[in-house]
Amino acid sequence: MNMVVCIKQVPDTAEVRINPETNTLIRDGVPSIINPYDVHAIEAALQIREKAGGKVTALTMGPPQAEVALREALSMGVDDAALLTDRAFAGSDTWATAYTLSKAIQLLGADIILCGKQAIDGDTAQVGPEIAEFLDIPHISYIRKIDEAGGGRIVVQRLMDDGFDVIESSLPVLLTVVRELNVPRLPSLKGKMAAKKAMIRKLTAADIGAEESSLGLRGSPTQVKNIFAPESRKDRKMLEGTIEEKVEALVRELVGLKCL
Amino acid sequence: MPIVVNKDTCTGCETCVSSCPYDAIVIREGKAEITELCQLCKACLGVCPEGAIRETGESGARREKSEGTGVWVFAEQRDGVIAGVSFELLGAGRRLADKLGTNLSAVLFGPNAAGPDELIKWGADRVFHCEDELFRNFNDEPFAALLSRLIGQHKPEIVLAGATPIGRSFIPRVAARLHTGLTADCTSLDIDGESRDLLQVRPAFGGNIMATILCPETRPQMATVRPRVMKRAEYDLSRNGEIVKVSAADVGSRTRVVETVKEVSEVAVNLQEANIIVSGGRGVGGEKGFHLLYELADALGASIGASRAAVDEGWIPYRHQVGQTGKTVGPRIYFACGISGAVQHLVGMQSSDIIIAINKNPEAPIFDVATYGIVGDLFEIIPLLTKRIREAKGL
Ligand SMILES: Cc1cc2nc3c(=O)[nH]c(=O)nc-3n(C[C@H](O)[C@H](O)[C@H](O)COP(=O)(O)OP(=O)(O)OC[C@H]3O[C@@H](n4cnc5c(N)ncnc54)[C@H](O)[C@@H]3O)c2cc1C
Repeated sequence: MNMVVCIKQVPDTAEVRINPETNTLIRDGVPSIINPYDVHAIEAALQIREKAGGKVTALTMGPPQAEVALREALSMGVDDAALLTDRAFAGSDTWATAYTLSKAIQLLGADIILCGKQAIDGDTAQVGPEIAEFLDIPHISYIRKIDEAGGGRIVVQRLMDDGFDVIESSLPVLLTVVRELNVPRLPSLKGKMAAKKAMIRKLTAADIGAEESSLGLRGSPTQVKNIFAPESRKDRKMLEGTIEEKVEALVRELVGLKCL
Repeated sequence: MPIVVNKDTCTGCETCVSSCPYDAIVIREGKAEITELCQLCKACLGVCPEGAIRETGESGARREKSEGTGVWVFAEQRDGVIAGVSFELLGAGRRLADKLGTNLSAVLFGPNAAGPDELIKWGADRVFHCEDELFRNFNDEPFAALLSRLIGQHKPEIVLAGATPIGRSFIPRVAARLHTGLTADCTSLDIDGESRDLLQVRPAFGGNIMATILCPETRPQMATVRPRVMKRAEYDLSRNGEIVKVSAADVGSRTRVVETVKEVSEVAVNLQEANIIVSGGRGVGGEKGFHLLYELADALGASIGASRAAVDEGWIPYRHQVGQTGKTVGPRIYFACGISGAVQHLVGMQSSDIIIAINKNPEAPIFDVATYGIVGDLFEIIPLLTKRIREAKGL
């Protein structure tokens, strides 16, 4: 079983704050991490390998610094790592990101491709399904359990709003995973040592035979026009006085609005 | 478009450095410089006191703007029941179509004899309906294949779908196949008066910022839209429209739904349908504190919600959680009791009509989104409020 896990290096957005006066992000010392969902995707691939055998490759598209994320994946136990890095990839939206990743996956070959459900910076959850479309293979989103994997097929549970669906698919297939799926292992000491020395394969636009007009900013149909702070409410009323007066005022407002 | 620093006006003041979520701005030889880490998120534009950071004009060789007319809405259903978000999309779609002076179509997949008529009464001029059994369960491939084919044939300029597990899973395949842009999880949509482009606003960075996204050249412009933020249009019994039957010939699937398991708890359903929600956070202090909230909820006929902090403390089960990692709710009234108002919570309840915040700390960010704010101790306020509400309701 050949597996590719797509991982993205992201700023830890739980630590990003916005300054409402200037409308700008405040990012002081926010660390870069592997997108948390992708760590679960790595764990899932390692567990499939333990049962069915095979090879796991971690793949990322990003600046040269994204190598750090790949070394972390190697320390968890993936066999190989590939870094898609080229100035031509800069400014990719999800369409161009998925196109570029799919070209690399074609080169690497895979029976199962694993992605996180979404990345915590862009938050779109679009890259996984778009890769599957470019590769012309099926995909299943929000995997919370893998029941069976092998013999040319896979059976998984897909989390839905009102429960879950049990789904069977032929291989190759792309899966996007949610955090309930597993508890990721911590890197072992041996893993960390090996990761330090491991060779990381670098891939450029030319290496993957990508069409230049489909890459980066040029290949991206969407553009970020501007960003701003979430709005605060303009109609806010602070109720003043003693506790009794405040409660009284609130009840009066609610009665006035016919809420009671 | 690439972002550059004008070295002549840059003073090296470093204001811009911490504005970049990707650490892509460095100071080199006393001047700011944008490195290859730049993701073009534009967080730095407007930060520079000297106006030295700007976008350059070169956007590369762009395609011709492709053609399209009409606004489309994908009407999702599960088990033959049309999802509420579909009617909200018709409301939003109607407003966009009227602004553009064009018509509104809905697309419905799966058996549902009364569905098309319903969609027309909620605002659609035309409904494409495929009744094939293939669409009884949700599989990504056939949904993507048929919707792509219809869009290819009729060339709408805008396509909207719900940002639900179904919409967010298969709509990206449609966008990839049609080589067009897709904006995720929008909370507001409008038409730019000049270019007639769709202005798509969505949260990113875990809800910490909002971004306006454009899809200037390719058509259709596609967006998934967060449930419970758009207003429905008027339900009009006298509305007429056209129903177009569609066949599913040539559409197949390599995935198969073996089984569908329902796991809804009463509360989860309740929360999303509730008229009034009383929610508690860390300030509630424990299970005992939640009892005060239960009594208030009882007097109001409300459901109980919670912030992640209260759930993590084990005071109340996860299914009550509201926010980024819990439920998105939009009741008429939302009581936030002892909830500080972290963005991750706010994104799940901000679209409530009336927000009442009760918190000891006058600086708590929850007051920024509140309609009514009470600064004070909830252990004093809630029991009194419960009593007064009972009296007002004659209970
Ligand atoms: C504020 C803002 C808003 C944006 N809004 C949109 C939008 O609405 N539509 C749009 O098309 N683009 C949008 N983008 C661009 C988008 O964020 C980037 O294209 C991004 O690189 C990929 O999308 P994502 O982060 O949302 O990933 P997701 O689609 O959420 O990621 C899902 C999974 O795909 C894999 N993956 C994603 N990126 C990579 C990578 N570089 N390398 C390896 N694996 C990866 C991972 O497994 C990940 O868990 C936006 C960008 C910003 C800054």
